[in-house]
Amino acid sequence: MKNSRKSFLKKSSRRSFLKAAGISAVAIGAAPAIKAVAVASGGGTTTALPAATPKAEALVAKRWGMVINTGKITDEVVESVVAACRNAHNIPDFDHKPDEKKYPNTRPSNKSQEIKWIWEEHYEHAFPEMEDEFLAEKFKSLPFLVTCNHCKNAPCVQACPTKATFKRPDGIVIMDFHRCIGCRFCMAACPYGSRSFNFRDARPFIDKINPEFPVRSKGVVEKCNLCAERLANGQQPACVEASEGAIVVGDLEDPASEVRVLLNENYAIRRKQELGTEPSVYYIM
Amino acid sequence: MSKNAIIAGLVVFVAAALFPFWFNIGGTNAAPEVELSAKAKAAKKCVLDKYDMRANHMTILNDWRTSVVRDSNRMYKSTNGKEFGMSLSTGENSCLGCHTDKAKFCDKCHTYASVAPYCWECHTDPKEVTQ
Repeated sequence: MKNSRKSFLKKSSRRSFLKAAGISAVAIGAAPAIKAVAVASGGGTTTALPAATPKAEALVAKRWGMVINTGKITDEVVESVVAACRNAHNIPDFDHKPDEKKYPNTRPSNKSQEIKWIWEEHYEHAFPEMEDEFLAEKFKSLPFLVTCNHCKNAPCVQACPTKATFKRPDGIVIMDFHRCIGCRFCMAACPYGSRSFNFRDARPFIDKINPEFPVRSKGVVEKCNLCAERLANGQQPACVEASEGAIVVGDLEDPASEVRVLLNENYAIRRKQELGTEPSVYYIM
Repeated sequence: MSKNAIIAGLVVFVAAALFPFWFNIGGTNAAPEVELSAKAKAAKKCVLDKYDMRANHMTILNDWRTSVVRDSNRMYKSTNGKEFGMSLSTGENSCLGCHTDKAKFCDKCHTYASVAPYCWECHTDPKEVTQ
């Protein structure tokens, strides 16, 4: 026994030692690369959170869409819808007078910097390509509600350099405020003007902060998120609840859904359809 | 003669080099004690173990954000079997839902460690808001 070991040691020349050392070095060097390949092909997700799930009561759809029945939109409905959205998402109202005690020396607001998620627009601005010399008189005074169209081919998503704006698999175009660097490319890209930039801290102009939704910091862009946080809790969007049936939100891919039934029975148009953005917001005329 | 000068110089050098140590003797800058709210004490289990939480809470918050915003997954089942709402400040089973006092739960240690996370630029302390 002892003898054989001795002979083995003798046999293992410098040459064979170097061979073994070389192979070991290659193996050690290749291990991280092999591991990386294994992870990439083994379905390693970006958010390694196997324990994270949606809430049981969450409303889901293949592709969320909105139908606005313009015949049911009155000035009162517009007011309550805009107010409901404002309250749900802590959107500043630049007509609101800041509380002097809480926010002393607030500089005056600039209306051109207002934040808009859903707002009133006139026909010729909502549908500029459809303007007509002999347009029915009633359309000229009718209030239209416009918001983010959650486009199928959203130009804002393509423009965003940080992937702060992205499209969820269920069709909602949403923002990760944390990632927004405030470059405003998305605002230039959006043909509907649905995005607003926070030029200043909004807090002084929020009447009552809703603790269910964050406020935004200066230098961040924001827009309608189709109440993703409410859908996740099984609630309808705030505008739908406040609209007295004028706004319906549902699954565009489901032929039996309320939105599809409405679209089937009525003539509906979309904003700036010719641009090819495929808006998900329909207007029943 | 030069020996004395060298020793005196060394004494001064050592004293200067050890300045941070002797200056802080006396415990004026003791690490803050964690004060759990009654609700958190009663719950006993948090998302992670105490030490893991202390070291990695920022990572888990980051992961939660991605999960909530990108994948719309808002419920987190911890490895210890407890469920949590993946939110900093909204709902009963969020961070501040249990650790009700932000000043004691967040600010105390952050101030001590001289870190200034920008969470509260946007997120709101429900207590502060409803006041």
